[in-house]
This record gives sequence, structure tokens and C-alpha cells, in this order.
Amino acid sequence: MQAIYRKEMRSYFINPIGYVYLGIFLVFSALLCCYTTIIAGTYSTTSYFTYLMFSFVILIPLLTMRLFAEERKLRTEQLLLTAPVTITGMVLGKYFAALTMFVGGILLSCINFIPLYVISFAENADTENVRASLMHIGPVTGQIIGSVLALILLGAALIAVGTFISALSENQLSAAVISVGTIAGMVLLNILNLLKDSDGQPLIAFYPVRLVIDWVSVVSRFGAFGNGVFDYASLLYYASLAFVFLFLTVRVYEKRRWG
Amino acid sequence: MIKIEHLVKNYGSHCAVDDISFEVEAGEIVGLLGPNGAGKSTTMNILTGYLSSTSGKVSVAGIDILGDPIGAKRLIGYLPEQPPLYLDMTVEEYLNFNYELKGCKLDRAKHLADVCETVKIHDVYRKVIRTLSKGYRQRVGIAQALIGNPKVIIFDEPTVGLDPKQIIEIRNLIRGLGKDHTVILSTHILQEVQAVCDRIVIINKGKIVANEKTENITRVVSAGRRLHVKVAGPQRDVLATIKSLQGISYAEALAEREGDAYTYLVESDHGVDIRKKLFFALAERGWAIIGMEALGMSLEDIFISVVDQSEKSKLGQAPARTPRRARAKERALPEEEIGASLYEDAQRQRSEAPPAQEDEE
Repeated sequence: MQAIYRKEMRSYFINPIGYVYLGIFLVFSALLCCYTTIIAGTYSTTSYFTYLMFSFVILIPLLTMRLFAEERKLRTEQLLLTAPVTITGMVLGKYFAALTMFVGGILLSCINFIPLYVISFAENADTENVRASLMHIGPVTGQIIGSVLALILLGAALIAVGTFISALSENQLSAAVISVGTIAGMVLLNILNLLKDSDGQPLIAFYPVRLVIDWVSVVSRFGAFGNGVFDYASLLYYASLAFVFLFLTVRVYEKRRWG
Repeated sequence: MIKIEHLVKNYGSHCAVDDISFEVEAGEIVGLLGPNGAGKSTTMNILTGYLSSTSGKVSVAGIDILGDPIGAKRLIGYLPEQPPLYLDMTVEEYLNFNYELKGCKLDRAKHLADVCETVKIHDVYRKVIRTLSKGYRQRVGIAQALIGNPKVIIFDEPTVGLDPKQIIEIRNLIRGLGKDHTVILSTHILQEVQAVCDRIVIINKGKIVANEKTENITRVVSAGRRLHVKVAGPQRDVLATIKSLQGISYAEALAEREGDAYTYLVESDHGVDIRKKLFFALAERGWAIIGMEALGMSLEDIFISVVDQSEKSKLGQAPARTPRRARAKERALPEEEIGASLYEDAQRQRSEAPPAQEDEE
């Protein structure tokens, strides 16, 4: 498993894909941070994290599309499957490599918050009266940590989805397209709940359906973390989503052996 | 070392491997011979744990491949038909990856150097695999199979697509590996197994046709049965003379011509070397043989010969033969098809034998 993990990590950086991923993600998040906070004149990072989430629709397939599709096409999976490694070990090695890239990107993007803290520091220093009134001016560190954590959990679940789709495909392009579609569907699901008809009533009138959508949606789970609350239910939700798709990936390979 | 018992593999309704059983002793080099689609690769893929069998049992050094796949895989080095190379890695990275993947405990630098020495890839060690020639890629594939010093090494068509010089080198290499390893290799070239293997298992349509020591098979398929003879002389007379010789089962004039010399295809009866007789008969008439070439046997001939031979040894009588003319006509068909149809013929003849004899197989 470690060998496969190291191989995947190396392959992200031998090929342009690792640099492309990190480059796009960092540029996008920096611009987004700039527009949603500094230019918008607020310390609130809520909209930054919400919009950042949508970039995963494109970026996560970039990380996962090669994982299995490429191996299948080049027949190198034969090497891995005849090596003394379990299928679970192989799947986890690849999954954690993609996850490492993802988490690395997220952590690097945290430099985006430095300007906020610098500005807030300057502002607090300037206005003595504000400090005297005990008002806090600046980004809420708890919210930021919670949101970053939630992003990582969400990413972990979506990467598992992408991994599974890559295992089904022999062509990385089709793996990418299907992953984009699937992840977009998952991320945009709770928009259905927000749709209103002309009278301002929810388009989905039947409340239990909205409840289920809300419960299933990967985005609505984000809420509590965004407020800086550590939400065990959501943690469990994301973890089980990742588990289910990784389990399915292992099954795909088991099935293929027996095919 | 390797024990395969009643192995069956079905793909849906298609039966790729149909009840194959054989054993390989430690230190033996065994060749799986058969036309394309005979089930060689499937057998090897099951043996290496890449595929699962529908039924049957495979064990390597007593370890069941289904019971303890990791333990069994540790003992096997495998070179699939298409070498599983990561084209964007250098040879060095690739071999190091394999070393880690297989969880080797050997001294890394020394072991990798040894492997490179064995397959002679020192000069490309730091090159990216994508830039290597087919021959070198094949060797890197072999190097991969050797990493970890596995007891059993399995090669699926190791010489396909190589030039003659590379083929000889790879064959010598495999021959050398046989000293310390148990080797199974598959091929559809008879000369290859003859050159390299101690024992030959012939597979067709998922079934074992023969499982013999190489020298036994070689005796059966000894050269001199089919010849191309180029004779300077009047075509019709020469042909008549050839046909009149005893032991000739079939002769035909071919379209090929060089001055007044024509080429003839001559086939002799089983176990008869017609060459000397042919020479003197033609020399007597004053016709010069300006070329004579023994033709290698194609797979279909081997099936016939081998099945004939086992028939003969079982029944203690002359083998029933397929009419030569019919065979000559069929020769225009693609190899596999004809191999299969002839094989079925032979099987039919075989099944006509007294049932009590069947058990001896």
C-alpha cells in the first residue's frame, strides 16, 4: 500500500497533472478570497468557502481520473494485482495519494487568510475606541478552522466517488466527464430545495422530500462546521460516504477477477 | 512446485480453460504451447492470481492461490503478455517501485544491480521507459518479474514482437533462469519451446493435448517430414519420380521457378526421413537438387503428430492418418482454424479407440 501511495504521489509530480491541480486551485482560491472578502469589504469567509466548494466539481476529477483508468489502459494493473498486495491496499494507496494532494492544496490555500488577519490587525491597532468597546474586528478563526475541516471531509468523500468512477472506466477522459457530472449532481442537489415558484413557495412542495434532499446533500452538511461547530453527525456522514465508495471500488476489482 | 488441478474458467458461456491439470517440478522450465486463444494466457493469469478460476485448484509450493493469495503471489514473478510498464518512470524508478511493491527484504542496491546484470539493462538504467525500444522494454519487464528472487517465474509470450537477435538473447536468458527458478512460459512457436523448455504442455481450445518431455515431442515432430525441394529438370517428370518413391505421402509442384528449376513440396510418411532417398533418386536421373529445406512443423501438424503418436503408443498399431490431400487443401486456411479442425479430427479418431484405453492418458 505504501509503495502504491508513493508511486501515485510521484506520478502526480512526474506528470503535469499535480502542478495543474495545485496551480488552478491556488489561483482560483486566491482570487475567490480576494473578491469575497477584501473587495466585498467583509471578514466573513462563509461565501468564500461556499463558492470554493463548487470548484471541486472540476478539480476533484482532475485528481482521480487517472487513478485506475490509466492503469487499466496501460495494463499496468496486472502488475499491481499480481503483486503481493491486497486489492484494499491498492485502492487505499491510490485514494490516500489523491487525498494528500487535495489536503495539501487546501492547506496551501490557507495563506489566503493572511491578508485578512493583517488587515484586521491594522484596523484594530488604528481604532482604539473599537477595542475599548470590546468589539471584535477580524476573521473568526473558529469558523475558518471548522470550514477548512469540513472542506477536507467533503473532499475526502468526493475523492472516493471519483476513485470509484475511475475504477469503472478504461479511459481517463470518460472517467473525468462522468465524475464531473456525478459530483456536480451531488453538490448541486440541495439547490432543488432553494428553488421557489412564482408565489415564493418552495418548488418541491412535499416537505419530507425536501428533508431527505437536505439530509442527503453533501453541501447542507457543511453548515455546522461553517459556524465553527464540530458536527459529529456530519463527520460520520462524510466518512461513511467515502467508505461506501471505496468499498464499491474494491468490489469492482473483485468482480473483475471473477468476470 | 506448481500444481494445477481440474482448472476451469468460463467467460459467460464461453469456456476458455476446460479442465486443465498439470504439475511443474521445482527447477523445471515448462512451455505452454498452443495457438492464439487456446487458453494459455488465461491459465497464466489464474496461476498468478490476476483472474479467479471458475473451479479447480491452483497451488504454488503448497500454498493455495485462493486460500493465501498474498503468500502465493510472493513466490511468483510474472511478465504478462504486454509488459506492465509505467512509461513515465525511469527504469530505476520502476524497479525501485517494484522492489517496494513486492516488499522485498533483500539488500536493495545489490539486488537491483544483480537483476540489471542478469537482463543487461545497465546502460538504460536512468532512461525513461517511454524512450526505450521494444527489446529493452521487454527486458525491463523481465527484470520486474525477477525482483524479489521469486521461486517461480511466469512469462507470457516473452519473445513476441522482438527481432531474431533479441529472441535468441531472451531465450538464453530464460534458459539461464531455469537454473535457480521454476519457469513457465507460453508461446505459439514450437522452436521456442524446443530451444528453451524441459517439458512441453500443448493446449488447444482450453484442453491439454499433450504433456511430454521436450525430447519426446521433438522425436515425434522430427524434421524431414515436409520439405521444399528445388530441382533442375522437367517439372512433370520430376514430380512423377518423386511421387513414385516409397515413403512419400504427398508431393506437389509449386509455382516458384528459377531458370529451369522448380520447387516442390514433398511430404513423407510418419517417421520416414526421405531426404537421402530423394537425393539419389533424382541424381540417378541426372536432375540436380539445387536446394532442399526442411519445413518446420506448424502447430496443426504438431497436434496431429502428437495425438497420432499417443494413439499409436496406446494401441500399439499404426496411427490412423488424415488424408494428405485434404490437409494440403486446408493449408490455405488460417492457422488457428485449421489447427482446431484438424485437432477435432484427431480427437474424433481418438475417441473411436476402445474406451478402456482412455484411462491411460
